[in-house]
Amino acid sequence: MSADEGSSERPLAGRIAVVTGAARGQGRSHAVRLAADGAAVIAIDLCAAPATTEYDGSTRADLDETVAMVESLGAGCVGLSVDVRNLSLLSGAIEQGLGTIGDERARHVDIMVANAGIAGGAPIELMAAEAWQEMIDINLTGVWNSVKAVIPSMLANPRLPANGGSGTASVVLISSANGGLKAPPNLTHYAAAKHGVVGMMRSLANELGARGIRVNTVHPTAVDTRLIHNDFTYRLFRPDLESPGREDVVELFRSFHSLPIPWIDSSDVSEAVAFLASDASRYITGITMTVDAGLSAR
Amino acid sequence: MANADERPEDPRRSQRLDGRTAIITGAARGQGRSHAIRLAELGANLVLVDVCADLPLIPYRQPERSQLDDTARAAREAGAEVRTVVADVRDAAAMSDAAMLAVGELGGIDIVIANAGVIQLKAATEIRPEDWAAVIDINLTGTWNTIAPTIAPMIDQGRGGTIIITSSAAGLKGPPNMAHYAASKSGVIGMMRSLSTELGPHSIRVNCVAPTTVDTEMVHWPEAYALFRPDLESPGRDDVTDIFASLNVLPVPWIQPADVTEAVAFLASDRSRYITGTVLPVDAGTLVK
Repeated sequence: MSADEGSSERPLAGRIAVVTGAARGQGRSHAVRLAADGAAVIAIDLCAAPATTEYDGSTRADLDETVAMVESLGAGCVGLSVDVRNLSLLSGAIEQGLGTIGDERARHVDIMVANAGIAGGAPIELMAAEAWQEMIDINLTGVWNSVKAVIPSMLANPRLPANGGSGTASVVLISSANGGLKAPPNLTHYAAAKHGVVGMMRSLANELGARGIRVNTVHPTAVDTRLIHNDFTYRLFRPDLESPGREDVVELFRSFHSLPIPWIDSSDVSEAVAFLASDASRYITGITMTVDAGLSAR
Repeated sequence: MANADERPEDPRRSQRLDGRTAIITGAARGQGRSHAIRLAELGANLVLVDVCADLPLIPYRQPERSQLDDTARAAREAGAEVRTVVADVRDAAAMSDAAMLAVGELGGIDIVIANAGVIQLKAATEIRPEDWAAVIDINLTGTWNTIAPTIAPMIDQGRGGTIIITSSAAGLKGPPNMAHYAASKSGVIGMMRSLSTELGPHSIRVNCVAPTTVDTEMVHWPEAYALFRPDLESPGRDDVTDIFASLNVLPVPWIQPADVTEAVAFLASDRSRYITGTVLPVDAGTLVK
């Protein structure tokens, strides 16, 4: 185990991060990125398909691979399969995770990355009430549950000034550029949830700032993951084609951006998450950080 | 999956700026100096610009030539190739020369940090036309003068680039007694957004940082203290800390130049390769408060 204090090579050494939605995609990337900076990781994922999503769910094998990737970087890791919609199970899982990794002196959450989320889309006349409800339950209430579940541990963190330390704890909520700052058609549930995360972040930033907990949102544009790369999304964007594929949506996605790219990589979001998680941003709270190739400024 | 015998690939994108050239204005002290030394440590070569002379109408001392030289010396000690330019950002021809210096002697332009700026603290009824003009000319037009001559070379180089403008939390919120300053700092955000869409196709990124109060000479001068503490005869630094702290969510009166530099270094590097058109506050929560 590395030293308690971070170095320039491992600035998060001795810290514990919780990442939800960690089995694959952005969440896996964040877990691995924070581990490379030295953090131990509690990796949480549903490891199943929600009822209303139109693409494959994650699996326990996916989560196990994330754990293996984190461990290969020399960081402690525990993977726990739990639904962010269930606050009591989530709280229990984080307690269990804290008991498993780190040494006894350092069993407090330093970093919370609330990343778990689903995507979907339909005109309001066709959107099922169940789809609305599941979106709000996972992408909004699930984020609140995730913060709620780590707050007891965070508030007791000895790194905070209130507990005699001189550091901060960092909560990073993953919103969206398209859903959280803009609001294109056919995304009523997604936009409501992702805008809601911003309001939650702002209130929490005001509430927790004096106690040394920073709270910010990250707003990615389309990321090259299963969330956009699935047949349902392809058909949503190219209703003119019978069986559209990845290549059929490149130009359309590129047209959303100022930079000449159709989508970004998970690792691009992870760099922003790592920045907000670290002391490099010790005086940054309450901000909406975009990683969106210029989408929201257009 | 990685074989147990081999080191797994490091997932981190590099913060290094080796071989890149940056132009930094307001580099003699404060935030500009902090940015310069950090970028030098990260491997960049530098053109450092500062006016190095007191300015009419600006109510606090400006740096001296020796301070610009001190910044340059520190940057060279960190390994950078450095050129210094004593120029007022209001002088478009001089700023064009600074850009050409980077192109001619340091291999091109990759990073532009438009940091030079001034403040006056005056009630709206006290702001005279010449006050308005000075603040707008330096903070808004000076930013334009800094960036404009770098655009064509960066496009021609064909290797992209990153432009970072120092705005302010006052560019997004409305603190009193600085109508001209707030206008200038909002103005650069508009400039940034327009340039981000225009230059994006060339992979040139344009962003702002928006600091809260930073612990520099721009904040710490007697008349500023007096404005914040009219109840005291000759207030000092300690007399204003609580007032400045009350503006922030995090329990600090002001942040350090190094805190802004962290954001600037992030935006300067490939860590932010797909971030453009954004304002990155480093504001201790003052905007959310």
